[in-house]
Amino acid sequence: MAAQHFAQPRSKVNDFALKLANVNGTGSSSANNLLMRSIFRMGVPVSGKNLFPSNIQGLPTWYEIRVNKDGHVARARTYDLMVAMNGQTYARDIAEVTSGGFTMYDSSWPLDRDLIREDVTYLGVPLAEMCNDEFRGPRERILMKNIACAGALVAMLGIDMEVIAQLLTEQFAGKDRLRESNQRALRLGHDFATSHFDYPLPCRVETMDATRGSILIDGNTAAALGCVYAGATVAAWYPITPSTSLMDAFAKYCAKFRIDPETGRNNYLVLQAEDELAAIGMVLGASWAGARAFTSTSGPGISLMQELLGMGYYAEVPAVIFDVQRVGPSTGMPTRVQQADILACAYASHGDTKHVLLFPANPAECFEMAANAFDLAERFQTPVFVLSDLDIGMNDWVSPALEWDDSYVPDRGRVLDAGELRELEVYHRYEPADSESVAARTLPGVSELGAYFTRGSGHTIEGAYTEYPEEYQAVLDRLARKHTAAAEHTPAPLVDQRAQSPLAIVTLGSCELAVLEAIELLAERGITADYMRVRGFPFGAGVRAFLEAHDRIVVVEQNRDAQLRTLFTLETAVSKEKLESVLAYGGYPLSAEDVVDGVTKILGG
Amino acid sequence: MPSIVKPLVTHPGLERNALGLTIRDYEGGMSTLCAGCGHDSVTAAITHALWESDTPPHMIAKLSGIGCSAKTAAYFARGAHGFNGCHGRMPPIATGASAANRDLLCIGISGDGDSLSIGLGHLAHLVRRNVRMVYVIENNGVYGLTKGQFSASADVGSTTKRGEANHLQPIDPIFLGLSVGATFLARGFSGDKRQLVPIFRAAMAHRGLAVIDVISPCVTFNDHEGSTKSYLFTRQHDVQMTVTDFVPPAEEISATIPTEGVVSIPMHDGATLRFRSVPEGYDPTDRIAVMEHLMSARGRGEIVTGLLYVDEQSSDLHELGNTTEKPLTQVPYEQLCPGSAALAGVGFR
Ligand SMILES: Cc1ncc(C[n+]2csc(CCOP(=O)(O)OP(=O)(O)O)c2C)c(N)n1
Ligand code: SF4
Ligand SMILES: [Mg+2]
Repeated sequence: MAAQHFAQPRSKVNDFALKLANVNGTGSSSANNLLMRSIFRMGVPVSGKNLFPSNIQGLPTWYEIRVNKDGHVARARTYDLMVAMNGQTYARDIAEVTSGGFTMYDSSWPLDRDLIREDVTYLGVPLAEMCNDEFRGPRERILMKNIACAGALVAMLGIDMEVIAQLLTEQFAGKDRLRESNQRALRLGHDFATSHFDYPLPCRVETMDATRGSILIDGNTAAALGCVYAGATVAAWYPITPSTSLMDAFAKYCAKFRIDPETGRNNYLVLQAEDELAAIGMVLGASWAGARAFTSTSGPGISLMQELLGMGYYAEVPAVIFDVQRVGPSTGMPTRVQQADILACAYASHGDTKHVLLFPANPAECFEMAANAFDLAERFQTPVFVLSDLDIGMNDWVSPALEWDDSYVPDRGRVLDAGELRELEVYHRYEPADSESVAARTLPGVSELGAYFTRGSGHTIEGAYTEYPEEYQAVLDRLARKHTAAAEHTPAPLVDQRAQSPLAIVTLGSCELAVLEAIELLAERGITADYMRVRGFPFGAGVRAFLEAHDRIVVVEQNRDAQLRTLFTLETAVSKEKLESVLAYGGYPLSAEDVVDGVTKILGG
Repeated sequence: MPSIVKPLVTHPGLERNALGLTIRDYEGGMSTLCAGCGHDSVTAAITHALWESDTPPHMIAKLSGIGCSAKTAAYFARGAHGFNGCHGRMPPIATGASAANRDLLCIGISGDGDSLSIGLGHLAHLVRRNVRMVYVIENNGVYGLTKGQFSASADVGSTTKRGEANHLQPIDPIFLGLSVGATFLARGFSGDKRQLVPIFRAAMAHRGLAVIDVISPCVTFNDHEGSTKSYLFTRQHDVQMTVTDFVPPAEEISATIPTEGVVSIPMHDGATLRFRSVPEGYDPTDRIAVMEHLMSARGRGEIVTGLLYVDEQSSDLHELGNTTEKPLTQVPYEQLCPGSAALAGVGFR
């Protein structure tokens, strides 16, 4: 059979994006993983983003792989190769292929003429046909179709077959039959491709050495591990996408690391609460009693927690809340990403409240910031939010291997023990306050001398009930000072001022990779910009100085209302006029092109 | 309105418990409730039971939601920490506290609004988890603190002061408890301290969650003619289904337990629950039989009181979670952190 030949556009070795369009519930994820992991094993920077529906079976689902030798692996907006396996989305998918790119499809059925683009090359692989001949039973046929497809891609992308064989051996250790059928399916696709097409494609992988010392990990797993390392013993939660896998991972790691070897008993307790009101209540109760306790949730859960979050703030009870953000408002798009809970968390609850927020940008920071969050929560006796998001939380990222400093000592804050209490003439809960406006707390079960009545109602510095303005305000004003004091303890921003430009791009969280790439792309067009990624709220001196030092600041974030920008205007002296916004809030992870387009438009206008 | 500090007066003649403490040592701040409020009598019974139980005050944790009833957590055991949470949210807060430190004797104080309206879901799940604690509902049929609206425990036909009748079916925490697997259910009357104290003692020794529904009249908003939660109505309709003695472990050996028609239930800590008088065929460990007795009593219009149901066999929260015996708050950090070496196996490489 004559091989199909392609015009070779400019080399796309280790610099391309591909997208696999599938139907949810047909088991495409193991094939997707295989591809992503093999590229990682070949030492090439890569990202894999799962764009999945809020559905168990039937709706469209995509997996996007971006390969980039320079590490620019933010989401791509167009694709060099589209693997179009879902008839429902053909039209949309094929429209996203770059001119000169490729579309692979299942040629067991003819392709609709209307969908054919002149500038795209079509690679038909009769996947269903091949798998129907080769495998028995509908479930296996469907699953193996994905693997056969991966096999064809392995050939077309130049992925090392030895790497693939090794991955299958690891994945199916002790499951010989499964390994064998996977291998067979891979071979099937691979051999079809090699005998029918000119391979590999211009967009292909070549071995590099850029992922040594790195791991693939998702942010939820890393955050969960961070909680284990930070010494959290009580976790309470109510299932919600995209935070569920955080608690699953916590339970998994606890089962591994937290069972007392002598007694077989658990040094932790995970409570699946009846709702998020209960989850935060449990966290407050446990923290009040002296445990490191946390919950993980997403937007709707944050909404439900409001009242008790205010209680935590006012009564000064530590709590750690992981908010793995998804698209709002309301139920929104549960499986899509946004950064739209910034203000809801910063000022969660009625009355004058202000919270401490941390903004991790990747799994490694999810791991580190878990310990930061507990330290801050206990040092400042207040709820602390870690605002991750679906992209960080649920996708596998190439990350530096997680590191832990064994000399870490938890900052439990000011807690008086029985001996210290005996030294005091009298103990009062909310005085005296230290230089950071924090007063010492005591734990139940320690000493009568430290007993006090925790209340969300108006209280004096002694902790007693009050309705007198001056007594109430004394406490409320100290809380404001305490919040300010926390600023210098939140992680410093990451700043790059090498461009020495009056123009700055400021962002947070998972926007990072797209923004850094965009800054390079803009530089190629002669637009230079300094960079700052904010990592915590309240804003410290570093953030304020950077805002001060730049004339024009573009704030890039993933929400409609420019929430980070709003927070700058509310909480720093920056003049509103200096701040502009690039906003992406459709629910897909940010691309460098989104930022380039936005900045160009601002500068042009 | 400032808080009121109760003067500390100790009478040399006061009896001392095993810790050498008098009843005064288990008291709290001065009540700011209306004179005659049932809740204050409940406070007195709890205070007495705590003193009798020889619990060191600092090992007690008092938890409550919001309401007149919730305030009473401040009126006993001044040597204990208290957590006056949000309306209806005490059960999860107590669950968290108990999860963190299983050695605490958690005493939860709630109202009928707090427990049966806004916090009903939490209560049901607290029961299911069998959190080891004493859960008191000071039940007056109204929202006292918001000035007398009907609560979810108001009986059909019961009227407000202005004569408006309630038409909605009441939620009975005892029936609720029976249906969701409660392991200790009792009902008392704030006007009968003699009955309440042994019930509280037993509740404090119980292996899991003890729910005690105490009819506790609101003198200001629900003590009039036409109310079914008034002192008078409760006295007239109170039928003591069971009479129980709590026999602490130490006394067990010397106590002669009479055998005639009496059910004795050993508690997990070595104490004994002795049901001195129960109706013919009443088995306080038989969920279905108890349910039937209570159903027919309700049909007769009786307000049934006593320790009604007990199950000392079921596991509590920590037993179900296989948590370590010492409180989680006391596990040293070194035992909690796996250390950097364990990271070698983390992530895909
Ligand atoms: C979220 C919320 N909603 C409403 C209130 C107002 N509120 C305070 S106490 C109360 C009812 C208390 O009734 P109950 O629990 O029966 O206690 P009682 O005062 O009768 O002892 C209400 C509705 C509140 N504190 N919080
Ligand atoms: S209003 Fe009713 S419940 Fe509240 S203190 Fe007065 S009598 Fe008690
Ligand atoms: Mg009430």
